[in-house]
Amino acid sequence: MKKIEKSSQGYFVFLIPGLILFLIVIAFPFIANLGISLTKWNGVKPPQFVGFANYHKVFTDAVFWAAFRNNLLMIIAVTIIPTILGLILAVFLFDYVSTRFNMKVASFFRAGYYLPQILPVAIAGVVWGWILNPGYGALNWILTRVGLGAFTHNWLGEAETALPSVMGIMIWFQIGYPLVIFMSALQRVDPQILEAASLDGARWRHRMQIVISVIIPEISVVVLTTTIAALKIFAQIYVLTRGGPGHATIVPSYFAYQNFFEKARVGYGSAISTVMTIIILALTVVFIKLQLKMQEDE
Amino acid sequence: MGTLTRKYISPAIAMIVLILLLVIMLFPFFIIAINAFKTAPEYAARGPLVLPSTISFDSIIEFWERVKFSGKLLNSFIISISVAVLATGLSLLNAYALGIGKIKGMSVFLIIFVVANTLPHESLAYPLYYIVKAIGLYDTKISVIIVFTVIQSAFGTYLLSNVFSAFPRALLEAAKIDGAGKGQILRSIVFPMSIPTLSVLFTFFFIWTWNEFFLPLIMLVSNKNQTVPIALTVTQGQHNMDVTMASASALLGVLPCIIFFIIFQRTLTKGITAGSIK
Repeated sequence: MKKIEKSSQGYFVFLIPGLILFLIVIAFPFIANLGISLTKWNGVKPPQFVGFANYHKVFTDAVFWAAFRNNLLMIIAVTIIPTILGLILAVFLFDYVSTRFNMKVASFFRAGYYLPQILPVAIAGVVWGWILNPGYGALNWILTRVGLGAFTHNWLGEAETALPSVMGIMIWFQIGYPLVIFMSALQRVDPQILEAASLDGARWRHRMQIVISVIIPEISVVVLTTTIAALKIFAQIYVLTRGGPGHATIVPSYFAYQNFFEKARVGYGSAISTVMTIIILALTVVFIKLQLKMQEDE
Repeated sequence: MGTLTRKYISPAIAMIVLILLLVIMLFPFFIIAINAFKTAPEYAARGPLVLPSTISFDSIIEFWERVKFSGKLLNSFIISISVAVLATGLSLLNAYALGIGKIKGMSVFLIIFVVANTLPHESLAYPLYYIVKAIGLYDTKISVIIVFTVIQSAFGTYLLSNVFSAFPRALLEAAKIDGAGKGQILRSIVFPMSIPTLSVLFTFFFIWTWNEFFLPLIMLVSNKNQTVPIALTVTQGQHNMDVTMASASALLGVLPCIIFFIIFQRTLTKGITAGSIK
């Protein structure tokens, strides 16, 4: 113990620049944000201390709950559907295509499905905004030409179709991420185990269980990172719908942004962002604990 | 071995499903690309699905000039490259102290860096906006560079410290016996040996910074400082853009990313499949 302490002396100096910058750029703003959330402040006049009034307002505000509900729906589009589809596709490409055809064919499909992931979400929004445009967009044009004119919509402008459209775009955007991670994880699956399962007459479902049990660490990483990403969704909403029509596609981060920069209700915006921070941090802790527990059980 | 799915699916049906899905995934790229090279009258006459009868660069050139796209590319590039260099350097310094120096309170620092990495940016946004305004750095590239250097290095510190905890101690001991100082060991042993990991970090920092949206949106308000994603989204619906010009704007947003992907492909796949990244 003593030896380690001695040999670790003198290293602290290397941490100093990082620490100072961290305090200025992250720690101080974060704490300031907590402080602001306890005030009524328009960003100009001196802030007024109001205790937990903003938090009370958050939990009784129908707009916040609408935003939160949309956020949960985003988890379906960003985490649940892409993870399931990614898993099926990964197994299929790895186990079927790469053997029936070859690994090059499988890699080609993987690259194709992954392509949307290389875009910034904002640019993905610009692309889809063009396709879904009610005036000149390609989707309505195609629907009209194939005789489905009755199905044309102002996709992002109507309350019924706006959120499903954004969700569809997110599924398109996200599939590649779990697919690539799962395909590389599958290399760990012992073909002999599957061979044995096959001799047992094990069916597709049983084999899927074997695969899942091997790549469960990757699945949990994907679920954690994409759930957090879903809870942080902002750019897509800003680009595609600005939370509208009405509050049909509003999400908490965009609602916080509106309160900060459009409505000059800074204290309230800070409270919203604090609530989201707590949810995200709690999720992270739960997932990490689960992962540690799984490692112990093994 | 094909043990999992072999017996249950006919190859023809499987291929059709895969190809159909691929078409859906690539369709947006395709349709953006072909319509960017049309003229508005041709689009009106023949619709979005056919290839352009003559390749016209008019829409792209006109959009490029209207938004002064060269400037936007340059802004994005300056910000992303600066952040990538500085954040990789800062990660190296931090990780040297934490992963190799194993200084007191190391695990607490690491947890703090992990937490910092998961914080939603809106929980920092207003104070950052306020501070930057107060010290006269509002609407400057340097403010965005500083902020993202710190945010990205929080992740880099965590990753690199983990890598460094397995660093061959014998090498360090040998250098110490030879009388090398800590700075010298960092420069001549730790840095050269960790270049592969540092290049993965560099690549990810560059691309993540290029893709950032929330904080650049609030910190870079003036036209001359905006990055590519901000400029393209802000101009949506402005400038009386016609259909092919709107398509050109989307294409100009997509192209740099495809170029980066081609350049960085190897590093990226290595990083993504490591699973720990992002």
